Amino acid sequence: MDVEFTAEDQAFRAEVRQFIEENYPAHLVGKDRAELTRDDFLAWHKILHTKGWVAPSWPTQYGGTGWTVTQRYIFGEESARFGTIPPLPFGVQMLGPVIYSFGNDAQKKWVLPGILSAENWWCQGYSEPGAGSDLASLKTRAVKDGDHYVVNGHKIWTTLAQHADWMFCLVRTAADGKRQEGISFLLIDMQTPGITVRPIITIDGGHEVNEVFLEDVRVPAENLVGEENKGWTIAKFLLGNERSGIAGVARSKKAISRLKDICRSEKMDGAPLLETVDFGRKIAELEIDLTALEYTELRTLAAESKGQGPGPESSILKIKGTEIQQRITELTMEAVGTYAAPWTPKLDRGDNYFAIGPDYAEGVAQDYFNMRKTSIYGGSNEIQRNIIAKMVLGL
Amino acid sequence: MDFSFSEEQTLLRNMVQSFVQDNYDFDSRMKIIRSEEGWSRDNWKQFGELGLLAAPFPEALGGLDGGPIETMIIMEEFGRGLVTEPYIPTVVLCGGILNRHGSDAQKEEHLPSLLTGDKVWALGYAEPQSRFNLADVQCSAKKDGDDYVLNGAKAVVVGGPWADMLIISARLSGEQRDQDGIGLFVIDKSAAGVSAQDYPTVDGGRASEIVLENVRVSSSALIGDAKTGFAILEEAVDYGIGALCGEAIGQMKCLHDATVEYCKTRKQFGVPIGSFQVLQHRMVDMFMEYEQSVSMTYMVNMKLGEARDARVKSASGAKVQIGKSGRFVGQQAVQLHGGMGMTEELNVGHYFKRLTMIDTLFGNVDHHLRRFAANA
Repeated sequence: MDVEFTAEDQAFRAEVRQFIEENYPAHLVGKDRAELTRDDFLAWHKILHTKGWVAPSWPTQYGGTGWTVTQRYIFGEESARFGTIPPLPFGVQMLGPVIYSFGNDAQKKWVLPGILSAENWWCQGYSEPGAGSDLASLKTRAVKDGDHYVVNGHKIWTTLAQHADWMFCLVRTAADGKRQEGISFLLIDMQTPGITVRPIITIDGGHEVNEVFLEDVRVPAENLVGEENKGWTIAKFLLGNERSGIAGVARSKKAISRLKDICRSEKMDGAPLLETVDFGRKIAELEIDLTALEYTELRTLAAESKGQGPGPESSILKIKGTEIQQRITELTMEAVGTYAAPWTPKLDRGDNYFAIGPDYAEGVAQDYFNMRKTSIYGGSNEIQRNIIAKMVLGL
Repeated sequence: MDFSFSEEQTLLRNMVQSFVQDNYDFDSRMKIIRSEEGWSRDNWKQFGELGLLAAPFPEALGGLDGGPIETMIIMEEFGRGLVTEPYIPTVVLCGGILNRHGSDAQKEEHLPSLLTGDKVWALGYAEPQSRFNLADVQCSAKKDGDDYVLNGAKAVVVGGPWADMLIISARLSGEQRDQDGIGLFVIDKSAAGVSAQDYPTVDGGRASEIVLENVRVSSSALIGDAKTGFAILEEAVDYGIGALCGEAIGQMKCLHDATVEYCKTRKQFGVPIGSFQVLQHRMVDMFMEYEQSVSMTYMVNMKLGEARDARVKSASGAKVQIGKSGRFVGQQAVQLHGGMGMTEELNVGHYFKRLTMIDTLFGNVDHHLRRFAANA
């Protein structure tokens, strides 16, 4: 048993690090997520595309890199270490694998290159007001009319739909029988008449999620992926991919290092907060939790390298990963003390905007509020525990 | 032993409740906090007319002779409505300081207009470097003839933008963190040399960064003296904690009720999500946190008048309790509401944000654990 990377892996790490440092757009360094424009989101994606590194997990024939599992891990780690804005997950991570696994040749031919080049921005039309944790209860209906489907319904929590060109969408194509058996997977052009996107402002003041209303939206039948009424298999396949990489270990390491920097600057009775017993101990606990998660992830990775796909244990990574991310933002807010109070969301800033308190205090409460979403989305942490109870423990 | 409320106290609660119902439903509240000023002067005037601003003051001064329990009742109902008007800064902190420690002349000059709602007050005690230590005071007050001249900065002065009058802690003598040598000064916010940067806070309130540059006040502006300033300030903050605890339990109750109601009606997998045992136990835990907070809130508000040691332990103990419970109840209310709990349009997130701010106000859990331990 050992956790050392091979010489080849270390050389690969050096290559990745150098590429990022030399090519990452300077204007994006340190930019807050809430400030990103559509072009900002895509800038690094496009550079990675030119390099051929945008979709490491895809098979090489569709544009993947052919990296080993370990190399993919290293790439993720270096990206997080630098703090890159990663390619959006909706195309590369979610839809791409669906298309090369379930799509027909025509779909592979237009969808996959559009994802790689970032020509098409995809959003995910899954959740509905009545279908959250219980996704299979979705009601958005698609009715065949000649060579089109006519879609009517209401999607919610659609991340970054305000920028999207296309939506992959779960729709109900049959009302009778088992609920899971009447679901289909459709690709919908967001420019189609009948689609309305309404923003949802969250408690951190940000606009990341939306409602999408579909009213008599005509979708060409050729945009059906897989067979009609067999979409549930695809939906589950996609959710499995959504969980991979969710532990966010490298990004949490970076966030803890920022927290420690803050605790060096922030003084309590003249002494750095980091040197106080209470706070030092809290950060130590957090780092230990993260180390445990890192090794849990590495064990999963090692199993994956030997061809054992990530099983239901990956729910551990989601639960612990999000709990740690939430705890980091909570402690960061605590660290800045009184100056957590000013409210400075990017959306509300007028011309008279001025910073209050130390720079590092800016937005820490908003980050804390925002991160509450992580134990809710992607299958709530309660649902993840159900998965472990059922699939791992056999309860 | 009796934990019931008197008839007068019940009437007071009913009055505040109906004010909040009539004037402070969620939509009205959002309109108020999003307005240019961020508060409602009309509401403030009504508080004056209803006698709420006079509640904790003696009858001789035009007050209603109430105490911390009356303040707690008012704040609990204000908490339910997420009332943003500066009751704690004006009435509990500054009004309390003037009432308990002001000279007769100071009371006569300042309390009548405070009680009617004509003047709004704010307390500047924190400084950019002070974190939660009330004695960490760099702002200086130098004697100059019959006057004092003040220089320094005050941080996150809650309600600052709406205040006409300020009470400011300033150092008369001693080192930066000495408890001795701190004076409390009454300052007109419009006085020459006072400037303020106003901004919104995460809970929908407003605060100011206040800078004092050669602000000249007469010696009659000093409340107490250099020996008593810190004790007066510390006591005022403990009274503030008692009131804040009242507000917090009002909010925890609303969040708990809303969460139970939501889990009874929200259906997934063909059943209300409240039928899942894991969520039932979570709501039971929230309920216990709320009940423990109520107990500590009653306790502290019965003990505020006691000697310092007892008061400090009560106040810090209660602040730790509502800090921890408020965080748990707030986080779980958001979690159990799912995505809806994350939205700006539902009140749940606003209670959560206010409870988050409440933990930071007057010192967070860690600060009060240390203070409790130091006085154990």
